[in-house]
Amino acid sequence: MSLPEPVHRPNPPVAIDDHARENLRFIRETMERAGSFTAVPGWGGMALGITALGAAFVAAQQSTRAEWLVVWLIEAAIAIAIAGWSTLVKARRAHDSLLSGPARKFALSFAPPVFAGGILTYVLFHAGLSSAVPATWLLLYGTGVMTGGAFSIRVVPFMGLCFIVLGTVAFFCPASWSDVLLGIGFGGFHIVFGAIIARNYGG
Amino acid sequence: MAAKSAAARASQERASHDNGSVRTHGAEESARNLDRLIHERTRLGIVSALAVNTTLSFNALKKLVGATDGNLSVHARKLEDASYVSCTKSFAGRLPKTEYRLSAAGRKALERYLDHMEALIHATREG
Repeated sequence: MSLPEPVHRPNPPVAIDDHARENLRFIRETMERAGSFTAVPGWGGMALGITALGAAFVAAQQSTRAEWLVVWLIEAAIAIAIAGWSTLVKARRAHDSLLSGPARKFALSFAPPVFAGGILTYVLFHAGLSSAVPATWLLLYGTGVMTGGAFSIRVVPFMGLCFIVLGTVAFFCPASWSDVLLGIGFGGFHIVFGAIIARNYGG
Repeated sequence: MAAKSAAARASQERASHDNGSVRTHGAEESARNLDRLIHERTRLGIVSALAVNTTLSFNALKKLVGATDGNLSVHARKLEDASYVSCTKSFAGRLPKTEYRLSAAGRKALERYLDHMEALIHATREG
C-alpha cells in the first residue's frame, strides 16, 4: 500500500519548481517570437519579390498559355530556392532542435496549401481553366502564409490575408490582368512586407 | 505500478530520515550555482532572442524584450562585459546601427541555464 505523501511539504521546493517551469516557458516563448521573424528573413522576401516582378514582366510577353505557365513555374522554382536557402542558412546557425522549432512549424503549416495549389494548377490547366490558375495561386499561397504565420509577428499573417484578398478579387478579374495581379502579389507584397520585416525586426 | 513506486520512494525517504532538509539543501546549492547574469528577466530575454538569430538590431531586441532604450542598453552592457554577447556599431546612412550577436560563451551559458532549470524541475518531481 502506498503511504500518504507527507502532508506538510515544504513550500520552497514547489515554488522553485514552478519558477523553473515558468523560466523555461519564458525562454521558449521568446525564442519562438524571435525565431519566427526570420524563418524566411525579410531580405529573402524582398529578393523573392524582385524575381517575381521579373517573372510577371516576362510572362506577359508570352504568346501561349503553356509558355506563360513555364515562366511562372521557373519563377516558383527560383522562389523555393531563395526561401529554402535563406531558411537553411538560418536553421543551420540555430542547430539545436529547440531552436529550429519555429521554422519547422512554419514549414509544416505552409506546405499543405501550397501542395494543394500545385495539384489544382495541373487539374485546372488540363481542364482548360488556366484563367483561374493565378487566382488559385494567390489564394492558396495566402492561406499558407496566414496559417504558417499564425504564431509569428502580426505582419506575417497580415501579408497572408492580403494575398487571400487579392486572390479572391483575381477570380473576378479578366484573364488579361493575371500577370499584373501576380506581379502585385508575389512581387509587390513580398517586397513591401519583406522590407518591413527587415527594417523592424532585424533581418 | 505508480502506487508501488510511491511506496518504495516513501520508504526510501523514511530511511534517509531527513529528506526535507536534504531537498532544501539541494535547492539552495542550485540557487548558489545559478547564473545570475542570465537569470534576470530582461537579460534572459536578450540571450534567448539572440540564440535563434545570427544578429539582432538594438530596435528589434527592444521590441522583442519589451524594454526601454535605457533599460536594454544597461542589460546588454552587462552581458557584453561577461562576453556573452558582442556588439557592433555601424552606420546605416546617417543613422547609427547597433547590432548584437550571441557569443559561444553566451550560448554555452544559456544551455547551462536550460539544463539547470530542467534539473530543478526533475529534482522537485522526484523529491
